Amino acid sequence: MIQRILAILHARNLEFLRDKATLGWNVAMPLLLVAGMAAIFSGGDRASYKVALMQAEQEINTAAHPYLQTRYFDFIAMDQEEAIERVANHQLDLALDLHAGTYWINPESPGGYFAERLLEASSEEGAWQRQPASGDPITYVDWLIPGILGMNIMFSCLFGVGYVVVRYRKNGFLKRLKATPLRPVEFMSAQILSRLLLAIFVTLLLYAATRLLLDVRMEGSGLALFLVAVLASISLVSIGLAMAARVTSEELAGGLLNLVTWPMMLLSGVWFSLAGAPQWVQQLSNIFPLTHALTAAREIMLYGAGFADVLPQLLILTGITAAFLTVGATMFRWRGA
Amino acid sequence: MTGPPILAVRELVKNYGQVRAVRGISFDVPRNCCFGLLGPNGAGKTTTVEIIEGVTPATSGEVLYEGEKAGAAFRQDSGVQFQTAALQDFITVRETLEMFHRLYRRRADIDQVIADCALEKLQKRDNRKLSGGQRQRLLLAIAMVNDPKILFLDEPTTGMDPQARRNFWELVERIRARKKTIVLTTHYMEEAQALCDEIVIMNEGVIVTQGAPDTLLKAHYKEIILELPEADLEKLPEEFPFHTYRRNGLVEIHTDDANEAITRLSRAGAPLGRLNIRPFRLEDLFLDLTGKELRS
Repeated sequence: MIQRILAILHARNLEFLRDKATLGWNVAMPLLLVAGMAAIFSGGDRASYKVALMQAEQEINTAAHPYLQTRYFDFIAMDQEEAIERVANHQLDLALDLHAGTYWINPESPGGYFAERLLEASSEEGAWQRQPASGDPITYVDWLIPGILGMNIMFSCLFGVGYVVVRYRKNGFLKRLKATPLRPVEFMSAQILSRLLLAIFVTLLLYAATRLLLDVRMEGSGLALFLVAVLASISLVSIGLAMAARVTSEELAGGLLNLVTWPMMLLSGVWFSLAGAPQWVQQLSNIFPLTHALTAAREIMLYGAGFADVLPQLLILTGITAAFLTVGATMFRWRGA
Repeated sequence: MTGPPILAVRELVKNYGQVRAVRGISFDVPRNCCFGLLGPNGAGKTTTVEIIEGVTPATSGEVLYEGEKAGAAFRQDSGVQFQTAALQDFITVRETLEMFHRLYRRRADIDQVIADCALEKLQKRDNRKLSGGQRQRLLLAIAMVNDPKILFLDEPTTGMDPQARRNFWELVERIRARKKTIVLTTHYMEEAQALCDEIVIMNEGVIVTQGAPDTLLKAHYKEIILELPEADLEKLPEEFPFHTYRRNGLVEIHTDDANEAITRLSRAGAPLGRLNIRPFRLEDLFLDLTGKELRS
């Protein structure tokens, strides 16, 4: 079995590595993206204002205080520990506990300064107790890089495997393999390994480039981050294989893969945080493996999380992998209908 | 061709929706022979052979290999050359063979396979850069990497020029000489007659005849054929008691008394300089059994 998997893996790797155009695109495109981001984000940070309200309920009652009616401010319900941490990292401008009459602010944050001035202007003098929350700023680019790494893994794993399997089926290569002792699970394992190697190689390259060019924040365990990338890749390849299990048309495969990638790109927190989004959107986003991969990656890179902290996400990614591998292996056909 | 059959097909049925492509056929493939499966387009021969190869499921019926239901052992022991099969791009001939070689427990000497299929000079060539004949030789080599006991060749010479076809036939002859069983599907009756020890002719999903080509021809025909260009025999002589057919610009006269037929033609003043006398061939039997109308 191992011998057969390695035979297919080796041939697939040779095919990919010698296809200079595809290889170049797979490596160059993400690097160009990072270079573009370096040019865009090297000069400054965001200019919007976000304030956390320390309360259990998600609904914000704007009538509770005049400050909550300030235009162009996002007010987000959050627990105290998370809110203070995010203020310390400049991810929030201010955290407010209405009931205790206390607010937290990072004295080094320009956004915090303006948020505080407006709070004072909308309140009676001496109404609030001020608490400092100090820490290094987490810039938007720090926050964005895990999203870019995850997005690259997503496209590489879903389209790289899905299209290849459909092409093999359409041109009869799978039919030829079916006449050998090779089993579907062996073929699928070889495809997963091949794409995993590529995805991890490109991700490591990108990670190194972002550290070099953007000095991206990395607070936690590199090994844990590597494990997140591996599990994210395998879970996404599994989805790609399940999607391509029976399809014989590249157009249909493209449509199905887009059906998965676009919601993930918009709702998994690649470009922006879903912290201020409606509750149902946040819950919906949990069905996507990329959401869990990015949550874990940001916890590790931005907040110094270790294995134990991201274990729930690792388990969810493992579960998604098992589910889609089972679906893919069950549905897999060497030939089209 | 002694002993129990290497392969037995029993009551094989294949339906595609309402269409019955194969209608309950049974036959045995003797070991160590070249067995031909012939039939016009749509006869069900490709469906039949793909069911045997295990790439298409049967609606009902069974395929027995060495007396057992064809399964894992059959896949290890069989080699398949499809008429058309895509290979991976950017991979060389040798790398392709090595990949397939590693899929089997039972393995041939890969250099010997390369030599047998005359691929020595093409070992480092990208699959995409092979000509039609070279590609067919590679597909045959892939089918032989496991030193198969039974080899399936599906329309192996379609699209080849006459020289490449003759070379391919010699290759098949060499394989057969090593006591391999070959199952050949072909449209070319000349090919079947040259290579096959036994044939099955299928038409509309059923077997219309089976046996050794010479035996079948002797059983079906007691006559020989006189052929004249139509231009040389625009009108038949009076009192000419032989079956005649006009095909492809020729007049065919079927007779068991060639001397009498020639004498009558000569008396009628027909020019005989281009007269051709030949026995019935497999192609004649094929056309007589399956009809002469064009199949879609």
